[in-house]
Amino acid sequence: MSTGNSREPVTGVMLRKQPPPTPAQPPPPGGSVSTVLRVLDVRNLTLLAVLAALVAVGGFTEPDQFLSTDNLTLVLTQSSVIGVVTVGMTFVITSGGIDLSVGAIVALSTVWATTVATQEYGAGGILFCAVAVGVGCGLVNGLLIAYGRMVPFIATLAMLASARGLALLISDGKTQVVDSKTVLELGYEESYILGVPPLVLIFAGVTVLGWLLLKRTTFGRRTVAVGGNAEAARLAGIDVRRHRLYLYLLSGLCCGIAAFMLIVMTGSGQNTNGNLYELDAIAAAIIGGTLLSGGRGTITGSVLGVLIFTTITNIFALNNLQSDAQQIAKGAIIVAAVLVQRRPSGTTET
Amino acid sequence: MVAPEPPTPPPDSPNPPTADASTTAEGPGGPPLLLMDGIVKTFPGVRALDGVDLEVAAGEVHCLLGQNGAGKSTLIKVLAGAHRPDAGTIHWRGEPVTLASPIAAMRLGIATIYQELDLVDGLSVAENVFLGHEFATVGVLHPGRAQAATAELLARLGHPEISPSRPLGELPAAAKQVVSMARALSHDVRLIVMDEPSAVLDHDEVDNLFRIVSDLTADGVSVVYISHRLEEIRRIGDRVTVLKDGRTAARGLPARTTPTRDVVALMTGRSVEYVFPERPEAQAQPAGEPVLRVEGLAREGEFAPVDLDVHPGEIVGLAGLVGSGRTEILETIYGARRPTAGRVLVDGRPLRPGSVQAAVRAGLGLAPEERKTQGLLMLESVTRNVSLSCLNRFSRAGWLDSRREREAARARTRELSLHPDDPDRPVRTLSGGNQQKAVLARWLLRGCRVLLLDEPTRGVDVGARAELYAVIRRLADEGLAVLLVSSEVPEVLGLADRVLVLREGRTVHQGPATELDEHRVLDLVMEGSPS
Repeated sequence: MSTGNSREPVTGVMLRKQPPPTPAQPPPPGGSVSTVLRVLDVRNLTLLAVLAALVAVGGFTEPDQFLSTDNLTLVLTQSSVIGVVTVGMTFVITSGGIDLSVGAIVALSTVWATTVATQEYGAGGILFCAVAVGVGCGLVNGLLIAYGRMVPFIATLAMLASARGLALLISDGKTQVVDSKTVLELGYEESYILGVPPLVLIFAGVTVLGWLLLKRTTFGRRTVAVGGNAEAARLAGIDVRRHRLYLYLLSGLCCGIAAFMLIVMTGSGQNTNGNLYELDAIAAAIIGGTLLSGGRGTITGSVLGVLIFTTITNIFALNNLQSDAQQIAKGAIIVAAVLVQRRPSGTTET
Repeated sequence: MVAPEPPTPPPDSPNPPTADASTTAEGPGGPPLLLMDGIVKTFPGVRALDGVDLEVAAGEVHCLLGQNGAGKSTLIKVLAGAHRPDAGTIHWRGEPVTLASPIAAMRLGIATIYQELDLVDGLSVAENVFLGHEFATVGVLHPGRAQAATAELLARLGHPEISPSRPLGELPAAAKQVVSMARALSHDVRLIVMDEPSAVLDHDEVDNLFRIVSDLTADGVSVVYISHRLEEIRRIGDRVTVLKDGRTAARGLPARTTPTRDVVALMTGRSVEYVFPERPEAQAQPAGEPVLRVEGLAREGEFAPVDLDVHPGEIVGLAGLVGSGRTEILETIYGARRPTAGRVLVDGRPLRPGSVQAAVRAGLGLAPEERKTQGLLMLESVTRNVSLSCLNRFSRAGWLDSRREREAARARTRELSLHPDDPDRPVRTLSGGNQQKAVLARWLLRGCRVLLLDEPTRGVDVGARAELYAVIRRLADEGLAVLLVSSEVPEVLGLADRVLVLREGRTVHQGPATELDEHRVLDLVMEGSPS
């Protein structure tokens, strides 16, 4: 007998005949444990445990280097650019879509924002241009997918190719160095706020905003609905097409912000920037518990996924392991995460 | 065409989850709440609605009756703004309106509870109830208010035990139905459409549902109630509209006093009579051993143990409503579902349960209900669709001999007079009847001995059906055993030699088709007389 089971068998409750209208009752007190667990979310706890284990491994193998403030700051800084991209990607995947063009959009944005013409307008011009290019690419993606009825995979694959091509065309394959002191100084230690680099603060800000947007707004709620059951969303009166457009705009916006952060970090714009970001962002979202088929996704999980990946890369680098070993480890983590997250009692038939 | 929408609050603003009492102001002399006139809706190849009229008064329970395929589902989708009609007019409280989108219908106060529950599993109960009209200020949600309002609605529906914060996917079907109802009530409703709401409810739940319906009508809300159960319609209905073949067969009948015989007569009897091929001499007990024997086959929660035999040359039909278990039985025989009890024997040898491969190897073939998604590769040619089940016959070391493949496929499609006789044509461009022939040709090529047909004439024009019936009969005459499932009673009676009648997963009758008529079957299916 499973009397200790926190999940109440609703079927049994349903069979009980209910008296005519009764005032609303508070949820039964037995549910409080499961409520607490639900707020913390078991999946994210697992990810936190994995991250803690990785930190322990890092601290054990290279105690002096790994746990130094400089190194931990580095890990966070390295996470921040791909982290911002992943937040946008999480929305798109939760809605049942995919955005393969994020890396290319980042590259194009960095290149466009660092041309001589743009740099004449100073730091503000660079920021504005990076964001505008990102949003513009997102707009094209969104229009093609929502109103041109193209499959997201194809539309964003086309954007991937074109944006990279345009980035190469604009930069002529050369690295474009940033002159603006304001931009460069954002990366220096002098501008750290309470010991935290501005880039990490931007990442944190985007994460919090993304979390609020997904959890606490109609936009986020409808994103989950569109991904979970688009027809139900349509019958509920949601303009599914316009919503899809907004989602790709959002992903483009995140790419624009990430591009600006990358410019600060490297002090330059390059057409090779953001290489394979799309795969890293998708992988981070997936191990964070976002369903590739849509209908479920969490920002917390995605950000933890990003941190796990960056930490692995860092530990492997500190231990002088080759990048091929890193790739294998990443692949293994993706497989393990998906296997662990699969519900034990899934239905086998449809 | 632009919908003349009344000035309404933006979709983000919360609607009070109560019915507007002002609807009662409409006196009996005023215009009806809803008047649909001459509604026509055509889908590629099918005229689903062919001039339907529907009139609903304020505060009444208006029942919509009709057999499967009569057009009920299409009609309520038009009413919900999910389908645009091709012709016809809709008047709402005396004003002409265009229901251009689901939002337009909702703004007028029309809410629909669909049969296939259109809820999102990944969201909580409260999130589902208020999806599309969330409690929010400039897009920022007030989860507390949504939860409180949901709790109130669920309590009003007699289900305070369903927690508003619970993920919907964890709830059983009956509880989802309640959530669906709460969702409809969360709007400022004047008309609620309920599509077979009692199908997933048990007895007590149905009583509760009726209490809710009478509460609603007391508030002046109208209900369009769709059900196959006549006893329910007698209990809560005010008036009945009967649909048949996409047309209104009768409107405004008194629900309590119209005799069952008259209702059934209106639902049956067709404008286009089907032509069925002649049966061979009716054998009381078919000679020889059955090729397919089903012994006590059951799936818990879907259908009770069923026994049946099919002999070579025989067509056995399963009649029953949606949810009676007919498709489930067929798919379990085929191995696509694993039985919880019983077994399937072919030529006296039991099949490995739950294995489609074993069933196919033993000579079973299934023409599935969803031909386009489960049966055919729509973009591929006729040849490739037909040869799919036995590709290795045309290949040497994995290398396909496409000429032999084409010839073999063509021989079969000609046998079934598939039209046009062009093996390279994509099946997408064929009519429904000819697509079905492509499915049959595949199994003939494979050399199957038992054909399982699930709704073989779904989406096939009435005129083309006779030909398909003739093909099925000819296949049986050539020695195939056929097990046929159809929601259309005349089809089962006209085509099959023997018939099993199913009601809610139980076999309520088994016998020769000639001993039954449509009325008797509908009585069995809807009233469930003891047998």
